[in-house]
Amino acid sequence: MSKWVINESLCKGCGLCIARCPLKILAYADHLTPKGVYPAAITDESKCTSCAICARSCPEVAIEIYKEEK
Amino acid sequence: MAKVLMKGNEAIGEAAVLAGCRYYFGYPITPQSELPAYLARRLPEVDGVFVQAESEVAAINMVYGAGSAGARVMTSSSSPGISLKQEGISYIAGAEVPCLIVNVMRGGPGLGNIAPAQSDYWQATRGGGHGDYRTIVLAPNSVQEMADMTIAGFEFADRFRNPVLLLSDGVLGQMMEPVNLPEPRDYDVNSKKWALGYKGSDKTERNLCSSIFLDQDELEEHNWHLYQKYQVVTDLFSKGEFKDFAVEEHLCDDAEIILVGYGIISRILKTVVEKCRKRGIKAGMVRPKVLWPFPTGVFERLAKTASQFLVVEMSCGQMVEDVKLSVDGKKPVFFFGRTGGTVPSDFEILNEVDKLVRPD
Amino acid sequence: MTMKKVFSRPASLSKTPFHYCPGCDHGVIHRLVAEAIDELEVADRTIGVAPVGCSVFAYDYFNFDFNQAPHGRAPAVATGIKRTRPESIVFTYQGDGDLAAIGTAEIIHAANRGENMTVVFVNNAIYGMTGGQMAPTSLIGMKTQTSPYGRDAATAGHPIHMSEMIATLESPVYVTRVTINNVANLMKAKKAILNAFKLQKEGKGFAFVEVVAICPTNWGKKPADAHKWLTENMLPVFPLGTFKDTHGVEKAA
Repeated sequence: MSKWVINESLCKGCGLCIARCPLKILAYADHLTPKGVYPAAITDESKCTSCAICARSCPEVAIEIYKEEK
Repeated sequence: MAKVLMKGNEAIGEAAVLAGCRYYFGYPITPQSELPAYLARRLPEVDGVFVQAESEVAAINMVYGAGSAGARVMTSSSSPGISLKQEGISYIAGAEVPCLIVNVMRGGPGLGNIAPAQSDYWQATRGGGHGDYRTIVLAPNSVQEMADMTIAGFEFADRFRNPVLLLSDGVLGQMMEPVNLPEPRDYDVNSKKWALGYKGSDKTERNLCSSIFLDQDELEEHNWHLYQKYQVVTDLFSKGEFKDFAVEEHLCDDAEIILVGYGIISRILKTVVEKCRKRGIKAGMVRPKVLWPFPTGVFERLAKTASQFLVVEMSCGQMVEDVKLSVDGKKPVFFFGRTGGTVPSDFEILNEVDKLVRPD
Repeated sequence: MTMKKVFSRPASLSKTPFHYCPGCDHGVIHRLVAEAIDELEVADRTIGVAPVGCSVFAYDYFNFDFNQAPHGRAPAVATGIKRTRPESIVFTYQGDGDLAAIGTAEIIHAANRGENMTVVFVNNAIYGMTGGQMAPTSLIGMKTQTSPYGRDAATAGHPIHMSEMIATLESPVYVTRVTINNVANLMKAKKAILNAFKLQKEGKGFAFVEVVAICPTNWGKKPADAHKWLTENMLPVFPLGTFKDTHGVEKAA
C-alpha cells in the first residue's frame, strides 16, 4: 500500500503540493485526467516521510497520507 | 378571558405571545413602536427572545435565521422600514420559511410622515421584493382583529411555509379598543422536520435553507413549485376552508352601489352605508380582509347585481386596480382617496356617493 | 507492514468536489473548519451560514445543516439561528465583499452584542465571484476590474482593517488574523479556527478569525506565486496576530 494516495478526479493541477514538498518528490504526471488536468504524482515514494505537507496544502483535499507503522 | 382595553400595536404583541411566538427581531419606527416596546417587556417573562437589531435589514435576516431554525418568529415595522425588509422577505419566501411581518403603514413615499396611510398596498400584495413570489396579506380593521389575525397569521405561515404580512395602519396601531384575547397555545420549536437543528429521530439527512438554484431548470422547477403552492392558497381563500375569513360583506344583496375598502376605511364605510340607507340610497360594503389572495369572487358575483362600485383608500388608488380586474369591465368602478396621512371623513365619502348616485 | 493513516478528509467535509478555481484557499479553509468541528465532536449540532460570494455554495461542502444568507447578512441570520437554538454551534463563513462592504453593519453589531458564534472571514482583497472588482480590503495601487488605474486612497479610501476594528469592541472574546501562505502558518490558522469554535462550545462569546488569502484567478497569478505576493504585499498591510483573547485561549493551548 502506498504512503501517498491522490484522488486524481479532484486534482485541479494547481501545483501547490509540488511547490511545497520539502523533498521535491512531487511532479505533474504526464497523463491527463478526464477533466483535462495534469495531476500531481509522486516520483520516488521511497523517499516520502509522510510529513503530509502536500496533503495539508491541497485545496481540494485530494491527497491521503499513510505512514509505515513500526 | 375577560375583555381588556389595549392599543392595536400592543394587542398584536400579546396575541403573538399567546400564539406561541417567542422570538421578535425589530427596529424602532413610528407609528409601531409600542409593539416592540410591549414585547421587550413581555417576551422575557415567557423565556422568549427580544432583539433590537441594528437595522430593519438585520432584523428581517434574524427572522430568516430564527424561522429557518424552526422558531415561530415575527418582526414589525412601518412603511420605510418594510421597504428595507424587502430583500429579506424575498429570500424568506424563496427559501419557504414561515414568519409574520407586521406593517403599521404610514405616509410615503420616502420618509413621508408618521400619519396613517394605505399606500403600501402594491408593495404588500405584489411581493415587494425581487422575484416570482407572493406573501399572504391580512388586513385587520379593529384591535380585536389585530389580535385574531396575528394568531391566524402564524398558523397560515406554518401551514404554507410562507411569510405572512399583517397590513395595518397608524390608526389601528394607535387606537385603543376592548379586546378578547384567546387562550394561549403551545408551540414546539422542534416541530418542523425541515428546520435547521431539527432533532427528531426521523432526521436522515442534513437540512438546508436556501433560495439559490444556480441551474436554470432547477430554479424554474422551484418557481413553479411556489406558484402551485400559491394556487393552493388562492383556492383555499376563494372557495375553500378560509372563504369566510377572506372577505366581509355588508348589506350587499340589494345594493346598487358597493363601497369597497379595507382596514380602518371599512369602519368609516359602514357608517357611510348606514347614512346612505337612511337617505334611501341602496348602498352596501365589501371589505377584503385578505388582500392577497384577493377575494375576486365576491366582486365577480356583485358585478351582476350592483350597478357601480366605489373604492375608497388612504392612497391615490392602489387596491382599486384589483377591484377593476375582478369586476372585469362589467360595471363602472370609481375611486375616492385621501393620501399623505389624511383619513377621509364619512361626510366626504357620502358626497362622493351622492355624485355617483345623483349625477345631476 | 501495516500502514497508519496520517492525513485524510475530515468526516464533516462532504465528498462534493469544490467548485473553486485551482489553488484557491477556500478549500483549505473549509477543511480547517471541518477539522475543528470534528475535533470538538459537535458535527451533529453545527449549523453553518453561507454568504454571497465565491463561497455561496459552502453548504454543499459540509455534512451538517446550513442556511444560505443574503449578501452581508450572515451574522444577522446566524443571530436568529443561535438565539433560537442556543445549544447549536453556529458559524458564518464570509468573504471581504460580504463582511467588510455590504455587511459591515451586521458583523459589527453581531460582534458588539457578543453573539455566541464563530465567524470565519476570508480576506483576499478582491471580489472573486463577480469577476475581480475592488474590495474594501484591496491594497493601495491594486489594479482590479473597478480600479483599473490602481486603488487610489484619495477617492477609494484605504484598506479596511476589520480585525482591528472588531477588537476595539468590548464584547468579542477572540479576534485574530492568520494566513495559510505556508504550512507553518496553516497550522497556526488551524489552531485559531479550533480556538474560535472551542470558545463558542464553552459559551464564551463572539470569536472572529480573519484568514488573509489568495485569489489566484483574479490576481492573475499562479497559486504558488500568489502566496508569495500575499506574503510580500498583503501581510505588511494586514499584519498577522491576535488582537483580542479575553479568555487566554491561545496561552492555554
